[in-house]
Amino acid sequence: MNRKILGFVLIGVALLILPHVLTQVGTAWVRIANLAILFIFLSLGLNIVVGMAGLLDLGYVAFYAVGAYLWALLASPHFGLHLPFWIILPLGALLACIAGAVLGAPCLRLRGDYLAIVTLGFGEIVRIFMNNLSTPFNITNGPKGITGIDDVSIGSISFATTDSFFGIPFTGPVKYYYMLLALLLLIIIVNLRLQNSRIGRAWVAIREDEIAAKAAGINTWNVKLLAFAMGASFGGIAGGMFAAMQGFISPESFVLHESIIIVAMVVLGGMGNVWGVIAGALLLSFVPEILRYTVEPVQMALFGRQLVEPEVLRMLLFGAALVLTMRFRPAGIWPESRHRREMSEARGAGA
Amino acid sequence: MDIFLQQIINGLTTGSVYAIVALGYTMVYGVIQLINFAHGDVVMVGAMVAFTVIMGVVGMGLPLPPFMIVLAGVLAAIPACMAVGFLLERAAYRPLRHAPRLAPLITAIGMSIILQQVALLIWGRDPRAFPQIMDNPSFAIGGAAISAVQIAIILLSVALMAGLTWFVYRTKFGIAMRATAENVNIAGLMGIDANRVIAGTFIIAAALGAVAGVMYGTYYGIAHYTMGFILGLKAFSAAVLGGIGNLAGAMLGGLLLGLVEALGAGYIGEFTDLCRWPVVSAMLAERCAADGHVVLFGSNYQDVFAFAVLILVLVFRPSGLLGERVSERA
Amino acid sequence: MSSSVAVLLEACNVGKSFGGVQALKDVSLTIRANEIYGLIGPNGAGKTTFFNVLTGLYPRDGGEVLFDGRALDLANPYRVAEAGIARTFQNIRLFGSMTALENVMVGRHVRTRAGVFGAILRTPGQRAEEAAVKRRAQELLHYVGIPHRAEALARHLSYGDQRRLEIARALATEPKLLALDEPAAGMNATETAGLRQLIEGLRADGLTVLLIEHDVKLVMGLCDRVAVLDYGEKIAEDVPAVVQKDPKVIEAYLGGSIGG
Ligand SMILES: Nc1ncnc2c1ncn2[C@@H]1O[C@H](COP(=O)(O)OP(=O)(O)O)[C@@H](O)[C@H]1O
Ligand SMILES: [Mg+2]
Repeated sequence: MNRKILGFVLIGVALLILPHVLTQVGTAWVRIANLAILFIFLSLGLNIVVGMAGLLDLGYVAFYAVGAYLWALLASPHFGLHLPFWIILPLGALLACIAGAVLGAPCLRLRGDYLAIVTLGFGEIVRIFMNNLSTPFNITNGPKGITGIDDVSIGSISFATTDSFFGIPFTGPVKYYYMLLALLLLIIIVNLRLQNSRIGRAWVAIREDEIAAKAAGINTWNVKLLAFAMGASFGGIAGGMFAAMQGFISPESFVLHESIIIVAMVVLGGMGNVWGVIAGALLLSFVPEILRYTVEPVQMALFGRQLVEPEVLRMLLFGAALVLTMRFRPAGIWPESRHRREMSEARGAGA
Repeated sequence: MDIFLQQIINGLTTGSVYAIVALGYTMVYGVIQLINFAHGDVVMVGAMVAFTVIMGVVGMGLPLPPFMIVLAGVLAAIPACMAVGFLLERAAYRPLRHAPRLAPLITAIGMSIILQQVALLIWGRDPRAFPQIMDNPSFAIGGAAISAVQIAIILLSVALMAGLTWFVYRTKFGIAMRATAENVNIAGLMGIDANRVIAGTFIIAAALGAVAGVMYGTYYGIAHYTMGFILGLKAFSAAVLGGIGNLAGAMLGGLLLGLVEALGAGYIGEFTDLCRWPVVSAMLAERCAADGHVVLFGSNYQDVFAFAVLILVLVFRPSGLLGERVSERA
Repeated sequence: MSSSVAVLLEACNVGKSFGGVQALKDVSLTIRANEIYGLIGPNGAGKTTFFNVLTGLYPRDGGEVLFDGRALDLANPYRVAEAGIARTFQNIRLFGSMTALENVMVGRHVRTRAGVFGAILRTPGQRAEEAAVKRRAQELLHYVGIPHRAEALARHLSYGDQRRLEIARALATEPKLLALDEPAAGMNATETAGLRQLIEGLRADGLTVLLIEHDVKLVMGLCDRVAVLDYGEKIAEDVPAVVQKDPKVIEAYLGGSIGG
């Protein structure tokens, strides 16, 4: 038990120091780490929907887009609005939550595979609107996207500039890193606490056997809607952070592939298990980055030219992750803890 | 020009293509209740292979009539797609036959991505222009025009639907297919080899998809590694509209969806032109005077119709137009 | 036991068909409070379908059900559970990758209130409720005789234990009427004897039991009254001794395998 606490403390310290180490290697790596945290955050949001409640949502990125566009519209020169983050972020969560409920309400009576396709269609509809809501009234600025989006600023500290605290320089990306880390901690706690709660058990029950769940007295429609809306609101928060961090968004960031990438992270990691999902998201965030930096030189050395672009390899990796996980480890690389508890119990009994 | 008639003609043409692709979804769904998410990408492979063969034959400069060249493309695309369909079933779906329902769907999504990326590697990132080797004369009918390609597409798909209907109701394999769709276990008791039937269904669906891919490529003059996604989604919507698992439903759904889309795209601009409606604000009046139109939603929202149809059907009549109501067994 | 004539459930003309198959034809029956009521009939007679309609899992074609003096809302299964009817399934339906304890805790859902925010904030109210849920679930596992399996995954339990777990989950909803669909199917003689004891215990604790069963000895020995379904129709309803001799019933069971 003490060892476990020590482990957590060590990981915590490492995570706190990490951005300063990464800055030494290159600021690009801090940004990569930030995006990875954002993806972990998204995966944990989707884990509530896919992992716990077993609702395959292929349009998750639509809620991410809602949050991102809300931030971009309320904090950029586009409309000349510059609201502070503590208004926009909750608003983004709320709006995404409403969008989730509105979409979910009619669709959650559908069987699982139909739900998947409908959410996918909904994601496409959102993308079409983002692309076209530039005429006759310019709301989204179409495919060109929105630029000059405000950074987060807390009091007098702007995330756009570098500040020094105790002689240590904190660049913009490093500040985002800490903010994202805080949000990540929040969603981990939410996931963990929900997992062993009345609502969390109802979600898992529905995932395991919806008919038995109904007969056991669960109002399945309500409870599914709750999962959907909660997952959506976390997507909205992530979207807002993404817009602020990048300073620029366009519909291209919110295509189907992004939804599938997040699904792949949840599925590979282990549907329903917080730590598995984190592992899956980390793996599928960093391996492509490593590929990006190694594939080209290796190919140049071997063949004298680039045969396969890193981006293609990245997508192939996601596709393969989905197919191979379902085939060989349907519960993911790190399955839900309900199983492990029993395994340790069996070990205890054997001893 | 008669816009209404023209949109009907255009809608019937795309609707024919949707119908053929939708048959692929519905046949597979009928037999194993799987949404073969990668079917749209099989269609894409068909278009791409045909494109390559047609370009190759044209490049060789053989003195063949254009019709023969396109036929060569189709004849190459069909076995290529059949092979892909067979591999999909064998390698990806069959091992998951008894897994929870979402597992094969997730696999199908993965296979869709893999097919797209492999196509990207082979045929590149840019859209490929389908060679326009056939003359494509237009004929005037009642104030609208119909092109030779449109006529060919409509006739060919009617022929394919008739052929498939004959196949399913009159051949031994077709009857085995229907028996399997009815009840795998009972079909098994009657000596039907379910594995063979399922593999065969995938192969036939893929062959139809190959033809649809060539039709689509010829009609729009373009093929792209992502074309299967939207096409597949629309065809799936068509299958659901008709009643998934029902062959006649897929055909009806495809044609209806094509019509809804064409008429919707043709008229939505007009209906959402704010200048047509009682003008409320001074600013709007000013813009109407200057531009003549303030169109809220133009034809660029065309793709929304298919998804809207999909969602409406699933919400209000999940069994589709011709499907039977089936309840899950408790 | 005080008022054994009070009516708990009254089904009136319940009908259900699947395509051409008329699985239930105007079935009416009355279950009295605190009795053990048997529902028997040949395979395919419509017994399970009656359960599915009664618990709101299948939409009915017609008919009404009065329960505890009020019309039962059959459109929503959770309302049925709320009203006080719990059931088990003929082909056991547990939440396989949840532990036995968690399965029973799910049954407490309908009698508890904690929401998402309570769970995230771990409010004192939520924590107290959660502890009570867990305690009650443990008691129920004890009651059905599998307290030592609390932490095992449901799908790893033995067949007999799974049946018991399903009963514990049903009991967790605090039902007035417990409906059991062939609970003894696939059990050996010892397990069946244990089950019989369990059901008798439930009745002694004030519950009413509706029992579908194929094991005729069990039904006849256990039930106060029995109804017989054949091709979706109720052909008899009386005390076991009378039903057993009813020529229609004997005919339905093809020459009197009943009671033999
Ligand atoms: N979901 C369903 N779909 C179609 N037919 C059904 C369904 N459920 C039951 N049936 C039919 O209803 C009849 C009664 O079945 P059931 O209630 O399961 O019988 P029992 O439980 O008495 O053995 C049978 O003919 C069965 O085939
Ligand atoms: Mg039965």
